[in-house]
Amino acid sequence: MKPVLWTRLDLIARCLTPFGLTVLLVLINVLPLQLPGLSRVMPLLPLMSIYLWAVHHPDLMPAYAVFLIGLLQDTLMGTPIGIHILTYLLVYGTVVWQRRFLAGKSFAVIWVGFALVAAGATAVSWVLISLYHVVFIQPEALAYQYLLSLGAFPLLSWFFMRWQLAFLAEI
Amino acid sequence: MKDRSRFTYRVAAPLRGLAHRFAFLGLVVGAFALMLLAKADVAMMERFRAQVTDSVAPILDVMSRPVTTANEVIAQVHALTTIRTENESLRQDKQRLLHWQYVARKLEAENKALRAQLNYVPGPQASYVSARVIADTGGAFAHSLLLNVGHQPGVNKGHAVVTGDGLVGRVAGVGDRATRVLLISDLNSRIPVLIEATRTRAILAGNNSNRPRLIHLPPGATVSPGDRIVTSGHGGAFPVGLPVGLVDAVNESGTSVQPFVPRDRLEYVRILDYGLKGIINDSGSGQ
Repeated sequence: MKPVLWTRLDLIARCLTPFGLTVLLVLINVLPLQLPGLSRVMPLLPLMSIYLWAVHHPDLMPAYAVFLIGLLQDTLMGTPIGIHILTYLLVYGTVVWQRRFLAGKSFAVIWVGFALVAAGATAVSWVLISLYHVVFIQPEALAYQYLLSLGAFPLLSWFFMRWQLAFLAEI
Repeated sequence: MKDRSRFTYRVAAPLRGLAHRFAFLGLVVGAFALMLLAKADVAMMERFRAQVTDSVAPILDVMSRPVTTANEVIAQVHALTTIRTENESLRQDKQRLLHWQYVARKLEAENKALRAQLNYVPGPQASYVSARVIADTGGAFAHSLLLNVGHQPGVNKGHAVVTGDGLVGRVAGVGDRATRVLLISDLNSRIPVLIEATRTRAILAGNNSNRPRLIHLPPGATVSPGDRIVTSGHGGAFPVGLPVGLVDAVNESGTSVQPFVPRDRLEYVRILDYGLKGIINDSGSGQ
């Protein structure tokens, strides 16, 4: 009886890691890193995580988990609640919908996919927030944030690949 | 058995797909509903925000410590390499400041004498609470900080948050373990200010860039780059004379201000309490 219970607990813990890691990235995203200029253009780490898990393991990153991650980010960042939820859900929906073009493909394809999806997400969140506040928000910080995210993507992608091989190989 | 698998294939699987799609749509609609709710009931959303922030604050507090330590080490190493030139510049500064000290002493004595003649009533004395920055929740959309203090005397919505350099922002929300600070560069920030030399009133409006702008300048007011901007105390939310920044550029698109406080180097801040209630109340009109 006992070993079975432990195996199941172990399995559940492993299955929760994609969500847990993404929550951790949300927290890392708001840490005061005290590097000049970085806080304005911090790469979109949670977005990358949601994209990668939606491509590789959508079963471990269900839509309600994406909803919760967006909610946490909105509450912490002080953005209007709903902006990040919507953006992340749209990214998630798009990726799951077009998954056959992405799953199992080479890294370059996945990277290009991220470039497209992140551009869409950035544009959507920009429009949403501009509409919400009824002002024109200067987009240059967003552009830098987008480029930095593209640059940081391979690093996080590599880390998640190692993570998958190490902890999620049998799932 | 065969019937069953056919049933699974023809009915159950599409139904499941449909259910998934509806669940997804439901979540999207939920997000929109939350957005509208946030617009409609600001106070409730603020309570919710405070609760979530409270529960995450201890984690952020722990996570931000190694970052601070690493930055301190880097700063120390950097300081070692420039110690000679710094020493030289400090020597010069000392000479200059000794002169200023002399001037200040003289002015202080004069001020005291004049106040005594005028029966001047001094303004309220400030008390303050020091706090550590545990999150810089920046990004292109919102400029705010989280501090590691919660409800306590001297920490209230609307209080000014400063460092030794000048004004950082104001308290936008207080929870049990964390406090949210709206930076002066945030889109929602409006601070009544004065141009120090000319005493011209204006409003410093954040625009989510590093250079907030001066708006509502009276027609014909002259502003030039390098002018010092201080809080005016109008509206009663802030005390008079907190240093804010220097006028950076004046052109057709407006007047931009370079804040004195470098946002990226914020580690500890002070929350000032002058006992001013002002125009900010709890119903969220300060948002």
